[in-house]
Amino acid sequence: MAALATGGATPSDGATSFQRKVPASSRLAAIAGTRPSVRHGQLLLSSGLPSLDCVLGGGLAVGTLLLIEEDKYGIYSNLLFKYFLAEGIVCGHNLFVASAKEDPADILKELPAPLFDDVHKNQVDEKETAIKSKQESQESMKIAWRYQNLPKMEVSPAASARFGHYYDVSKTVSPELLKSIKWHRFFLPEEMSLHPEIKTCNMTCGYTRLLQSIQRIIYQEGFDGSYPQKKQKNILRIGIQSLGSVLWGDDICCTDNPEDIFSLTKFLYVLRGLLRMSLSACIITVPAHLIQNKAIMERVTNLSDTVVGLESFIGSERETNPLYKDYQGLIHVHQIPRLNSLICDVSGTKDLAFRLKRKQFTIETRAGSSQCDTFI
Amino acid sequence: MFAELNELLNASPERPEQGKLTLLRDTKTDGSFLVHHFLSFYLKAGCKVCFVALLQSFSHYNIIAQKLKLHKLNVCLWIPSLLGLLPRGFQQFSQGVSLTAAKERGQLVFLEGLKSCFDVFFGEEQHVGQTNPLQFVSKDGSNLKTMYEFVRTSLMASGSDSWKCPVLLVDDLSVLLSLGVRPVDVLDFIHYCRVAVCSQLKGNIVVLVHSNDDSEDEENELVVNSLCHQSNLILWAEGLATGFCKDVHGQLKIIQKGSSELKAEKNLLRIYQYKIQDKNVTFFARGMSAAVL
Repeated sequence: MAALATGGATPSDGATSFQRKVPASSRLAAIAGTRPSVRHGQLLLSSGLPSLDCVLGGGLAVGTLLLIEEDKYGIYSNLLFKYFLAEGIVCGHNLFVASAKEDPADILKELPAPLFDDVHKNQVDEKETAIKSKQESQESMKIAWRYQNLPKMEVSPAASARFGHYYDVSKTVSPELLKSIKWHRFFLPEEMSLHPEIKTCNMTCGYTRLLQSIQRIIYQEGFDGSYPQKKQKNILRIGIQSLGSVLWGDDICCTDNPEDIFSLTKFLYVLRGLLRMSLSACIITVPAHLIQNKAIMERVTNLSDTVVGLESFIGSERETNPLYKDYQGLIHVHQIPRLNSLICDVSGTKDLAFRLKRKQFTIETRAGSSQCDTFI
Repeated sequence: MFAELNELLNASPERPEQGKLTLLRDTKTDGSFLVHHFLSFYLKAGCKVCFVALLQSFSHYNIIAQKLKLHKLNVCLWIPSLLGLLPRGFQQFSQGVSLTAAKERGQLVFLEGLKSCFDVFFGEEQHVGQTNPLQFVSKDGSNLKTMYEFVRTSLMASGSDSWKCPVLLVDDLSVLLSLGVRPVDVLDFIHYCRVAVCSQLKGNIVVLVHSNDDSEDEENELVVNSLCHQSNLILWAEGLATGFCKDVHGQLKIIQKGSSELKAEKNLLRIYQYKIQDKNVTFFARGMSAAVL
């Protein structure tokens, strides 16, 4: 009663003593496609898969690296890679695509199409329209009369205002949508032919060029805050395909005693520095199953923030195992970062399998394990 | 710093020990909460700290240190009337640490490894010069001499300083091996630092390393085993062998080396389990987690 009375007496000049303190992170939340984490105000991005966002504790933090250990044939890791880039397109972020085997333009053409009016949103909308029609049927509200004159909320907000979208893998993204975003490319064969040989920091040539290219883009486009007068901040999503493979000039995947075992780890360290000082996030797929020297993978894991391993059932005996008949593979979350906090938002379940359907990539706990959670 | 860990170690910011090498070790879990503990512990104790942070940025440590500070402040606000009655020690306890403030008053020297490496890699030759501590990344050599010089000059007592014993904090040493430094050079670096900091300046060193029982990284295991033999105190944070648990995040082994090597005193080994919360870490005996009792 008292609350209603004070509410009724509220003039437009805000004479109440209650003042909502605007959190500092609300400035940053103005960037499309991001949201602040509830725990520590860290800005989060969607990885393109809402189910993976749940497993990772809300999303991928800006300034961090997501490392995907590829499955045996690289099918599902490539899919995760594409989901990440497609999410960037839908949110209007800038993209940087680096590859040594496929032309980045071809990679972008094959990204899955986003579902703007999808089945799932329709289910949510059905509930909202039911409530809305009930409200409209009341000519005048008796209890909540204060809210009578407030503008109606939009039932279907713009697709890009959501955090995390769904994609249809059977369709490719429309060229108009591709043209609307700004993207940068790094295709190793063409970079090697353009410039003469250089070797810095005793790192493999391809890695050095890639780092210089990334740093140049970050500096020129102002992702590191070097142009404070730029009003609209944006995120740079960096995607590097199959790092560490032979095509990058690194031999850690070929032999047990590679010539230079520090190239990849040095690259990751310098990249970590670049990411931490800019508004960017990076996804890297690494053919971990090909790296013979397991010590390298341990070091790579320590130098990355989030590490997710994929294990597909294709060609293995688990394909015919009735326990796994609904799933295409397992997901192992090896590491989740603790940023600006002593703890991290990690879900309790560690036994995760994934299932790919045309419009949905779900991650769930295995049906045989004690807890059954589905992350949609 | 975590009050419960201070009780377990029988340490207090009022009287920090001197000339000790403490090894922080983690296996299958993240032991960085120990680094935050020691950072705020030594800053609270009034020691001059040189922090070599190789993996995270300054703001990460600053935000966490502020959180630990706020926690204590809240406790004191609840009993304002009693503050006047409490002994002075408790009032000092309520002040908390801010890394930016510590840096400004010269108590904390912070080496941000990621930034230095960026300067080495992308900076121009003449600007970088020869004094960048992470200069070894650019050349083939794995010489940590410049880093040692940096540590020594920052902890050397200058005339106007009123700080207590100097402290070197390294987070973490295993990264150096990933950057091309040979294990023997890492051990040399620690040895030189021990001579300079522990013996000459009567200070302390705290080092964090990662290790794994079934690790294939032999160089890392070599460094870790060697440091285990050299250190006076080992805090070993391990993930639970039975897997992930919501209420118990891991187990902490505290190994205190016998004080005199001549008498061959036995090492004191104690095992506790811990749970990490947002602003604090609680320790309890094995099997005595609050969720169980």
